[in-house]
Amino acid sequence: MGVPLNPFVIMIAAALTSNMVLSNFLGMCSFISVSKDIKTANGLGMAVTFVLTLTSVLNYIVYYYILLPLNLDYLRYIVFIVVIAAFVQFLEMVIDRFSPALYINLGIFLPLITVNCAILGGVLFMIIREYSLIQSLFFGFGSGAGWWLAIVALSAMRMRMREKDLPPQLVGPGITMIIIGIMALAFMGFSGMLPVQ
Amino acid sequence: MQIVISALVIGGISAVLAAILTIADALVNNYGEVSIRVNDSKDLKVKGGATLLSTLASEKIFIPSACGGKGSCGLCKVKVLTDIGPILPTELPYLSEKEKKNKIRLSCQIKVKSDISIEIPEELFNIREYIASVSSIVDVTHDIKEVFFDLENEIGFKAGQYVQLIVPAHGDIKGETMRAYSMSSQPSVKNGVELLIRLVPNGIVTTYIHKMLKVGDRIRILGPFGDFFLRDTDSDIIFIAGGSGMAPIKSIIHDMMERNMKRNAYYFFGARSKRDLFYLEEMKEVERKMPGFHFIPALSDPLPEDSWSGETGLITDVVDRYLSEQGDEIDREAYLCGSPGMINACIGVLTKHNVLEEKIFYDKFG
Repeated sequence: MGVPLNPFVIMIAAALTSNMVLSNFLGMCSFISVSKDIKTANGLGMAVTFVLTLTSVLNYIVYYYILLPLNLDYLRYIVFIVVIAAFVQFLEMVIDRFSPALYINLGIFLPLITVNCAILGGVLFMIIREYSLIQSLFFGFGSGAGWWLAIVALSAMRMRMREKDLPPQLVGPGITMIIIGIMALAFMGFSGMLPVQ
Repeated sequence: MQIVISALVIGGISAVLAAILTIADALVNNYGEVSIRVNDSKDLKVKGGATLLSTLASEKIFIPSACGGKGSCGLCKVKVLTDIGPILPTELPYLSEKEKKNKIRLSCQIKVKSDISIEIPEELFNIREYIASVSSIVDVTHDIKEVFFDLENEIGFKAGQYVQLIVPAHGDIKGETMRAYSMSSQPSVKNGVELLIRLVPNGIVTTYIHKMLKVGDRIRILGPFGDFFLRDTDSDIIFIAGGSGMAPIKSIIHDMMERNMKRNAYYFFGARSKRDLFYLEEMKEVERKMPGFHFIPALSDPLPEDSWSGETGLITDVVDRYLSEQGDEIDREAYLCGSPGMINACIGVLTKHNVLEEKIFYDKFG
């Protein structure tokens, strides 16, 4: 691999053809649990995009300038998680100080993101696919945006479903799983559009 | 070699991140000195950045909190007069519409970032942390212990109020555990407090007190709290208690005696059998000294060997019988302490006999 792909193509591919949640099924837990309401879903989506973009870059630096030269490749899982956790903490502090309004919107979602597997997944993809720094930045943003798009879409549908007359057995998790399944099928339509992993 | 390097790298990365976070905390979270105006009378100069609950605690003002600031009990409500932004999602489950309108906030969730003005009940200024040492432990029944704690500083409280015991980490129990207990000593006893503690199966604090606490042990106590105390009226008083619900009532009755109150009072005490009864002699003594006071113990399941000649039946039936005999025209006030089930049943009986809901006061413990 290591093909000099256009970063923009990587971004679109990460958002649509290999969507983090609907193609790779990462970040499922918060995808399902925080999609009851479109406003909070939007907040979490925004936070995931932001953190994914920046941690991709941070972990790129840590991986290629610290871990690889020292031959400590195998430590990456632990190190990535520590970096993500610390970054989220840092971010929480900064947002709290400089943008109280945003803090109130994102507040409770930020700590949740630390354990969101989409974040770690994104970082690991970046390593496996041997992206460059710029490519990683765009890939991180694209993956986050794709996740954001998916959770907003799902929450919009779930909110509409609430008013519908469903068979009682399907109310709640049942119909949610069906919706996610159909969404994933729909996103499969994108595959082949871009010949990128 | 590889192991050393990997340990160093992980340690190094963690140390760098920790350092960055500490520096960021000092720089970003530094709101300088801010002032909290309490009840429009007292100004506190404090360091900004921490939660209101912990900031007030460092100023020796203790807001009641059962969970210790985790945002899971909803007790630490405080009225914040200054606009400090919208209510946080973590506060929402604990605030009613009325409280939201009245600017009530959860003090463990909001941070002190700028000068603010708050309102708290005056009696909270009285709440202090005391270092207590156990001076006596007496078994009053098979599962209730009467424990007397000596305090280093004098405590001032109203008869009927409670304190919180802070039990340290022990055995499998990690961290401190706090539980509330009513004081059974009267306010004239200032150098200590007496608590009645019933063993709750698998209870953290009650097990600690029953199985591990010894005379001479030191323990931290926070208080006084609560609005369960005798109201200043002329109505007849109905006390109803069961088990360790004896504690606040005992305190109130001794306080009445010391203050020479002449009000009519009926104290119904419910127990299963004779082995659950205690303080009988003491209550008889009070009856002799206070002509208006009547102690009515009742057993729901007296054993044959109890040779019980007093009242029998559920406490609610006994109360019902007495109130019916006296008639419902009497102006009455009721003070209840016991399990939620007992209290709810008693409220039903009392309202049936025309006792107004706003004249029924209770301490529920689950």
